[in-house]
Parts: sequence; C-alpha cells; structure tokens
Amino acid sequence: MEILEFSWLPALAGGIMIGTASALLMAFNGRVAGISGILGGLLSRWSPDQWWRLTFLLGLVLGGGAAYHWAPEAFIDITENGTMQVLAAGLLVGLGTRIGSGCTSGHGVCGIGRLSIRSLVATLVFVGSGMLTVFFSGGLQ
Amino acid sequence: MIRYSFFSFLSGLLFALGLSVSGMTEPGKVIGFLNITRSWDPSLVFVMGGAVITYFILFRLIHKRSAPLFALQFSIPERKDIDLPLLGGAVLFGIGWGLGGFCPGPAVASIFTGKPNVLLFAGSMILGMVIADQLRPLLSGKTKHLLNQGFWKTGNPDKKLEPATATGTSSNSN
Repeated sequence: MEILEFSWLPALAGGIMIGTASALLMAFNGRVAGISGILGGLLSRWSPDQWWRLTFLLGLVLGGGAAYHWAPEAFIDITENGTMQVLAAGLLVGLGTRIGSGCTSGHGVCGIGRLSIRSLVATLVFVGSGMLTVFFSGGLQ
Repeated sequence: MIRYSFFSFLSGLLFALGLSVSGMTEPGKVIGFLNITRSWDPSLVFVMGGAVITYFILFRLIHKRSAPLFALQFSIPERKDIDLPLLGGAVLFGIGWGLGGFCPGPAVASIFTGKPNVLLFAGSMILGMVIADQLRPLLSGKTKHLLNQGFWKTGNPDKKLEPATATGTSSNSN
C-alpha cells in the first residue's frame, strides 16, 4: 500500500461543517440528517409534516449548485465510469441504503456520533464491502 | 409546518458546502479512499472523523433539551438489533459506493453540475429506493423467519415474535 498525497485540512474542515449541519437539523427539527432516509421517506409517502425533508434536500441541491458555481473543480469526476456501471452503482446505492436503513451520513456520521452499535456495524460493513469492490474492480485505471 | 422548514433548508445548505469543501463530491477521491490495498487517499478518514466528533459533542448538548427548537419531539432511531436487512443492505450499498464513488449526499449535492453520470446515478438511486420500499414487506417477513430460528438475534426485548405470525410471514416470503 502506498499513501497518496492529500490535504487533511479541507477534509477536516468539511467534516466539521457536515457534523455541524447534521447537529443543526437535530437541534431545529429533531431529525437525523441521513440523506437516504430523508430522500427515501419523501419518496415513500407524502404528508404535510414532511416539508422539512423537501426543504433540506432543496438546501442540499442549491448549496451544491452554489459550490459548483464558485469552485467547479470540487466536482471533478476522474473515474470515467461507463453508463452501465453508473446505472448499477446508483441502483445498488438506492436499494442498499433503504434496505439497510442508512448511508454514510445517517449511519456513518449521525449513528456513530450517537454511539449506536447498529450504525457502527453497518458502517464497517459498507466500508468493507466498498473496499472489496474497489479491490476487485481495480480502482481508478 | 412550512415556516419551520426554513431551518432544515439552512442545514441542507451547510451540509452541501461541507461535502464540497471536504472533497467528497469528487467520486475519484472516494474511490481513492476505498482503494486501500493499492494507492490510498486517507481524506475520508478526516472528513468522517471531523463530522463524527463534531456531531458527538453537539448531540450531547442538544439532547439535554427536552425537545428540539422547532418540532414537538426528537425523532431518534432506537433499534439496537443487528438484523439481516441491516447487513445485507450495507453490503449492497458498499458495492454501489465502490462502483460509482457516490453515496446519496454527494450525488444529490452534485445535481446542479448537470453531468450525465451524476444525473444517471441520482435517477437510478431513486429507482433503487422505490424498489426497496416495494420489497420491504417481503424482506421483513424473511427476517422474522430467520430471527425466529435464532439467527442474527443480538437481543431486542421489545420485539417478541409470535410463533404464529412468524410462520405466516415466512410462508409468504418463500
């Protein structure tokens, strides 16, 4: 294994922003900031008390849009994945996060941050499964 | 409560900025983290570490209150059991994550880039979520069956299974 050069400061700063944003959603709306849960909940049923989901996602989309406007280099995609691979990846992420009740944000950040064993186990499993997948697919060519 | 939804908008906005500052909106960086046996990019350790520690501290402070500022109560998952859907779902999610380099947050935050791969990923992810919701009754039936046989049981005293129910659901799922 070789460790690539990387900048830990933006990674850490971005992480603190993600943690703060998630804590704000808990403080304001009393909800877990799990993106798959928020999106999936919106898809499975609509009721008037779901507005917070829609506006959170709107903030996520517009915040990403603003960041792309200011710093398009933060959205560079060097993977060159083919159509079928992207399609399969999206399907698996959608299926897996809903069946497994969470993703990187819901289990990885909010769940582990609450010291939930269930979320810790889920996170170890999806990181391990992701690492195995990249091992067998060869990573970036 | 439409007017209180403005605050979740602010949270989503900050969340997206955090994702782009941290580099998680670059699928190549995520795959670089998962590529631990070859050339490894440890960025995600710092992203997750920063996010988890911040959330851990703030959650403890927030949870001292009896209720959130703009909702009647905290909605916090209370399940503690490690069941088959949790593990199987995480395995599927990990495979998709490794193939695409996107998890749900960065995918949604990247929609405005208009890149074909982002839109294709987001669309198929939504389709996967809808399919998962259709599968849910079937999956929970199967799990109850397994739980009843003693597999995966790590102790969840709240959910005592009725033998009759378990038999009924297992026959449906087979």
